[in-house]
Amino acid sequence: MSALPYALFFVAGVLLVALTIYVLTGGADYGGGVWNLLASGPRAAEQRDLIERAIGPIWEADHVWLILVVVIMFDAFPPAFAQIMTAMHIPVTLMLVGIVLRGSAFSFHSYGGGRDSAQRRWGRLFAIASLVTPVLLGVIIGAIASARIPRNPARLSDFVAPWATPFCFAVGLFALVMFAYLAAVYAPLETDDNELRDDFRRRALGAAVAVGLMAAVVLLLSIHGAPLIWAGLTERVWTWPLIWMITILALAAIGALWTRRFALARLCAAGQVALILWGWALAQFPYLLPPDLTIYNSSAPPVTIHILAGALAAGALILLPSYRYLMVVFKTNPERRRLRGRRRGTLTGG
Amino acid sequence: MPNILAARSQMAMSLAFHIIFSCVGIAIPLLMVIAEWLYLRTRREVYLLIARRWAIGAAIMFAVGAVSGTVLSFELGLLWPHFMKWAGDIIGMPFSLEGFAFFTEAIFLGIYMYGWDRVSPRAHLGAGVMVAVSGMVSGIFVVIANSWMNTPVGFRLVNGQPIAIDPIAALTNPAALHETVHMTIAAYAATGFVVAGIHAAMWLRERGNLFHRRAIAIAFAVGAVAAVLQPISGDASARAVARLQPLKMAAFEGLFKSGPHAPLALGGIPDVKDRKLLYAIELPSMLSLMTYHNADAVMRGLNSFPEGEWPSPLIAVHLGFQIMVAAGMAMAGLALWGAWLLWRRRTIFDCDWFMYAMVAAAPLGLIAVEAGWVVTEVGRQPWIIYHVMRTADAVTPMPGLEVTFTLFTALYCFLGATVAFLLWRQVMLSPTGEEVAALARVPR
Ligand code: HDD
Ligand code: HEM
Ligand code: HEM
Repeated sequence: MSALPYALFFVAGVLLVALTIYVLTGGADYGGGVWNLLASGPRAAEQRDLIERAIGPIWEADHVWLILVVVIMFDAFPPAFAQIMTAMHIPVTLMLVGIVLRGSAFSFHSYGGGRDSAQRRWGRLFAIASLVTPVLLGVIIGAIASARIPRNPARLSDFVAPWATPFCFAVGLFALVMFAYLAAVYAPLETDDNELRDDFRRRALGAAVAVGLMAAVVLLLSIHGAPLIWAGLTERVWTWPLIWMITILALAAIGALWTRRFALARLCAAGQVALILWGWALAQFPYLLPPDLTIYNSSAPPVTIHILAGALAAGALILLPSYRYLMVVFKTNPERRRLRGRRRGTLTGG
Repeated sequence: MPNILAARSQMAMSLAFHIIFSCVGIAIPLLMVIAEWLYLRTRREVYLLIARRWAIGAAIMFAVGAVSGTVLSFELGLLWPHFMKWAGDIIGMPFSLEGFAFFTEAIFLGIYMYGWDRVSPRAHLGAGVMVAVSGMVSGIFVVIANSWMNTPVGFRLVNGQPIAIDPIAALTNPAALHETVHMTIAAYAATGFVVAGIHAAMWLRERGNLFHRRAIAIAFAVGAVAAVLQPISGDASARAVARLQPLKMAAFEGLFKSGPHAPLALGGIPDVKDRKLLYAIELPSMLSLMTYHNADAVMRGLNSFPEGEWPSPLIAVHLGFQIMVAAGMAMAGLALWGAWLLWRRRTIFDCDWFMYAMVAAAPLGLIAVEAGWVVTEVGRQPWIIYHVMRTADAVTPMPGLEVTFTLFTALYCFLGATVAFLLWRQVMLSPTGEEVAALARVPR
């Protein structure tokens, strides 16, 4: 037997980690759009402002995780990338439209200047695109998990059938509520206003329940919709420990929200969502695109994998400290940071 | 519309849209950094004002650049799955490195845009430098991927499949150097001219406004240096193309017959049926001279290649090349005129003719960039990977691509119009001379 392909595992692992971080950060940015749409009560305007302030500086950096997922995919696993992009042409295209509209509407809204009705419409478009895009992302993941992607699609129906199923749309909705949940859990950390915090605390608790419900629905539908995942989630040694851990984290997040320990809640909720994602990945392992393509038989030749692994490791040396710096600048207590910056010119306010 | 045509059109349209934002994304951070550095050195508020105003426009451009770039990275798979399956592991390398460049860019962009009051002035300037450098680097990596499609190396073909893959050799393919240098300079030239042209228009409305005066000085300096370098780099590109892709070179020039003393054609319309170039001004022997520094050197013409391999439409390649070179010469000329004015009159701001010329020249750089890419990309046809894979063999089996082509065209028209409107509004909001003067009087 040959040595284990460590570099391949490393690359596949980075792929999963990048997807996880995208869901935890970029996902929450979409969730913010959902709460923008659902902003209500006496503080609706403040809620929207909070979301905008929270997302502004980081969304582009968060978004790049998705790009990293795509480039690792086509560098390391070209056949899987080609097959997914061929069969999933329609949902991927729709998701791209959502991504384009969300990103540009957000920046038009923040930088367009003026507060007129056109600007409000950009905010609305941003919110709607934030609602639709996660559903499509979930649909694509669901279709991959269901192992029904045809090898040589030709007729239009081949391009529709793999994803137009209840299971895929359930996964889509699951992604949406998960993203909204993350956003609501993170939001109280962005403000010192206790009323505003409570607005989002209530939303987070509601979303937590929705996440639990959708998890159950997806699991049940997977019996028929994605037998491979169902088998993986019910029959392997790690099944029960994983399910217990997710449950404990979910309950801990709810408890922390209840007792207003928001930093703890953030940690638990992020852990919960990450484990759900890893559960899917583990259940599907070693398949990248079941039922044909595994990480072994669809991987690029070892040279490419080795060089890519080296590049990813080297890139991480630049990336991780920079990303941390970004988070420290924008996501730590504003009081502490405010002392360091100096206020400058008046006319220059942007 | 046949599927292949729809796919090619969608790819071309998406790239032509994205490249505008890429050029700005590469070059505007440099302009902002220069302005901010001047502020830190001189403490004149007007420089800070310029940096912050540019930053607002840049934020819009960056967002649209990021989303349209995302569309492209998916489109490679959506439209050309066979190409990606075949070549993904060979050229994935530059794309992965580009991913990291995007990261640093997006991270420090967030700090730059939102961190004016959150980090120290030096750290802020440092963030700007990081954005400028990573923007340039990301452009270089994508263009390397593209240059590999022109000069594919780093693998051996066995039964139509690549083996013995060497991603490093692919990264250092023969076209990489001249394409990346030429594109990078193009971004600075194009953006410098656009920015200088907009401020020149505003200056002509309100002469004496220090804001526009300083902005023009910075933008024109960057654009002019690049514009003077560009013909030199373009000449190197042309000679490389003559060596690496002689058929493409013949298409640039509309040169049908092989032979020594090849003429340089100005303008003209290639007539594919009769195999001659109509209505062109021909400078005898110039092409041989420019390409090989020798009038007796033999240039290969289109006739020495099978017609099935000619790029089509040929006219796009030929006219694109003419437009690019004409624009490049005009820009270099304007740059030299500015230098002459500075030398003789110590200022460029007293000459209204020069200011009007600057306004007129504002779009030239972007036009040249678009034309240059048509030249490179259509000139590579019918190959997606030169002499290895035909474009027609790479396209997706998904039926009805004209629907997605229409969808994205409509989307981008809408976005383009919106961006133009918002930027116009920003320009109209730029400070008046009095406001700028008042700023300078604020006691510090
Ligand atoms: C500001 C933009 C700009 C300007 C002024 C010029 N170019 Fe250019 N040119 C480009 C922007 C550009 C480009 C869009 O950036 C291209 C497309 C691909 C590339 O590498 O650069 C290009 C490609 C390109 C190519 C094809 C390279 C290839 O296919 O590999 C040649 C031969 C030239 N250029 C030559 C010139 C010459 C002789 C110029 C004389 C003034 C010139 N360019 C001005
Ligand atoms: C000559 C061609 C190109 C150049 C010079 C270029 C350069 C750039 C630059 C400088 C940026 C960042 C600035 C901005 O956001 O506006 C950018 C964004 C982007 N480009 Fe391009 N690009 C080119 C073509 C492509 C192609 C062919 C692809 C995909 C295959 C692509 C994918 C992307 C992506 C994904 C982003 C977004 C990164 C982010 O989120 O910050 N680009 N491009
Ligand atoms: C951003 C500047 C660019 C512009 C304006 C541009 C323009 C074009 C045009 C006009 C076409 C259609 C050619 C035809 O089919 O007749 C095309 C095709 C294509 N380009 Fe580019 N291009 C750019 C950069 C790039 C880069 C950097 C890459 C790759 C990394 C790339 C990859 C492709 C591919 C895969 C196709 C489709 C296949 C083909 O037609 O050969 N392009 N592009």
